Amino acid sequence: MHNYQTELRQFIVENFLFGREDKPLSNSDSLLEFEIIDSTGVMELVSFIEQKYQLELRDEELIPENLDSIDRLVRFIAQKVNV
Amino acid sequence: MCGIAGILNFKAGSVDPALLRKMIDIIRHRGPDDLGFHLQANVGLAHARLSIIDLAGGHQPMHNGDKSLWVTFNGEIFNYVEVREQLIRRGYRFSTLSDTEVILHAYAEFGEHCVHEFNGQWAFAIWDNKSHKLFLSRDRLGVRPLFYRVTPETFTFASEIKSLLALPGVPRELDLIALDQIFTFWFPIPPRTAFKEIKELPPGQSLTVEEGVVTTKHYWSPHFEPPQNHVREQDYADELRDLLLDATRLRLRSDVPVGAYLSGGLDSTLITALIRQCTGVRLKTFSIRFDDPEFDESPYQQEVVRFLETEHREVRCTHADIGRIFPDVIWHAEKPVLRTAPAPMFLLSKLVRERDYKVVLTGEGSDEIFGGYDIYKEAKIRRFWGVRPDSRVRPLLLKRLYPYFPNLQQQSVAYLQAFFHARPQDLLSPFFSHLPRWELTSRLKIFFSEAVRAETRSYDAYADLKALLPRAYPGWDLLFQAQFLEAGYLLPAYILSSQGDRMAMAHSVEGRFPFLDPRVVDFAAGLPATLKMKVLNEKYLLKLCAKELVPPRVRKRPKQPYRAPEGKSFFHDRQPDYVDELLSPASIRSGGIFHTDVVGKLVQKFRDGRAIGVKDNMALTGIISTQLILNQYIQNFGRRYTDA
Repeated sequence: MHNYQTELRQFIVENFLFGREDKPLSNSDSLLEFEIIDSTGVMELVSFIEQKYQLELRDEELIPENLDSIDRLVRFIAQKVNV
Repeated sequence: MCGIAGILNFKAGSVDPALLRKMIDIIRHRGPDDLGFHLQANVGLAHARLSIIDLAGGHQPMHNGDKSLWVTFNGEIFNYVEVREQLIRRGYRFSTLSDTEVILHAYAEFGEHCVHEFNGQWAFAIWDNKSHKLFLSRDRLGVRPLFYRVTPETFTFASEIKSLLALPGVPRELDLIALDQIFTFWFPIPPRTAFKEIKELPPGQSLTVEEGVVTTKHYWSPHFEPPQNHVREQDYADELRDLLLDATRLRLRSDVPVGAYLSGGLDSTLITALIRQCTGVRLKTFSIRFDDPEFDESPYQQEVVRFLETEHREVRCTHADIGRIFPDVIWHAEKPVLRTAPAPMFLLSKLVRERDYKVVLTGEGSDEIFGGYDIYKEAKIRRFWGVRPDSRVRPLLLKRLYPYFPNLQQQSVAYLQAFFHARPQDLLSPFFSHLPRWELTSRLKIFFSEAVRAETRSYDAYADLKALLPRAYPGWDLLFQAQFLEAGYLLPAYILSSQGDRMAMAHSVEGRFPFLDPRVVDFAAGLPATLKMKVLNEKYLLKLCAKELVPPRVRKRPKQPYRAPEGKSFFHDRQPDYVDELLSPASIRSGGIFHTDVVGKLVQKFRDGRAIGVKDNMALTGIISTQLILNQYIQNFGRRYTDA
């Protein structure tokens, strides 16, 4: 059983914040609003999810509703895995 | 084109010639052809000459007939022939054919207002023996550099910062506020430079030192005022072509052969075509060719070479080349940079010099004044969408932006909307056009050390820049505001400096820019915004003007901004030794500017091949260039890593 939340948090903090959290990132914080992610960041995030969880993400799924916080990511990935 | 330096002691006591010598020796690359000094009592002027006009008679520092005025001058007064005639009519006698002597007599006649008579690119200092006044001036758009330092005892000035830092007793310290500005705007806001206590004379300003008091004065700044009367497009295009032809003709005045840079884009092709109209001689052109197809424009360059029948030379630029020469590039740039784009320009000027050329015309300045940059288009779309934020159709236009960035093209519209936001408060900002770029750049401050963050935490770079905006700025069209930020700041501080003067002069090459002729700049500033960008068609009028002169495929090609490879230049199989040295935890820690662990994670991302984005690449270039500044200027002044 994957601990999506921990794995995603670790990836986001290491890869986009380079380990520097000025204030702890909460699970519901928007990655866009907190300027954590940019256009390349979305691609990096998608590549990570596809490789780590052996999923294929369709273009129409690449929207903030699915990817813009740890909570949303966990929900989205769990759904995809279960399908 | 030359290097200048000088010392004025406020108190009695003669200038030490050894100090003057030290200042000029370190910038001999700017003027390898001749060396001159003038010393009298408390004043010393020095000059390193790159001979271009009046090869035999232009020795400097130069004096007027009664030796009441002495000048040391870097640059060209392109209309010196016309100003000279005007001065002869007023009774002045000339003993040389140089533009330098024109400056002396023009100053004698018009005083500080002489600069209004000049069409050129200059940085000069005049010592006035009668009024015991030192007068410094820099051209309107900041083509030629000029730096100074004031203490209670002395005023010193020079073409490059290294001349000032070479003097004993000058603190060699990074200015952390300047660093914050660079990691926001890409440039320090003049007069601030990357170094504490060293100031830059901003473009379009003059400076006087009289009785120990230093005063600066604006004599010109970009001003946008579109016409009230309707003029036909074609009439504008015809007028522009005539102006550009004359601007090019003036810039061909030289007693040595003149070549041209050719990028394969509209601007340099048009200038090359105009040169061809002015001269019967087969023109020599020079280009950069990238191995990486993402950056290479050589197919367009070859098309122009065939069309305009130039004698062409190109330099091949690889990732490894950029990494290899980067320390030299930063030694000459004298400030941290966030892009490696200056590096290929360094190789290009080397090629020019090896071919025994020392003057080139280029298409620089066109994007700023005629509306060529993508950031103008981006701002237009953002505002169009921002006034109807609920529109589903308007944000689709964001897809039209940056076709050369594949990551961006793959984004959903929802994400594009998030990246190119136009929040209600943004619409009110004087920096609306530049907010996405500056916000992205500011995120690089995550790499700063705790000490630097503590020092800069309460600093507001936007407020400092806002305080310098002209009074009329809020009433200008959005495009004009964006143009002002580009032409007034990024152009002199980065394009003409880090990418321009410094890279060319590193190999004793002078760049000349017809688009920056003041008549052309004023003409462009007086155009309606719709003639610069018609809907989303950039440089509309310039394209119309170029219709008969430039091959259609070049005129109609999608805009490709000049860029160079970044991360790959520093991390590869045979990467230069300095990369590991400068990025090592010990080096980062001793530099004190960046956070060791945070930088370590970025470096690991590059080593793993996971860093692909603009932000990561800018961060890496910014960190390496800052470390190079620390290492070559502060910790070990004069240390050089390469001999490119």
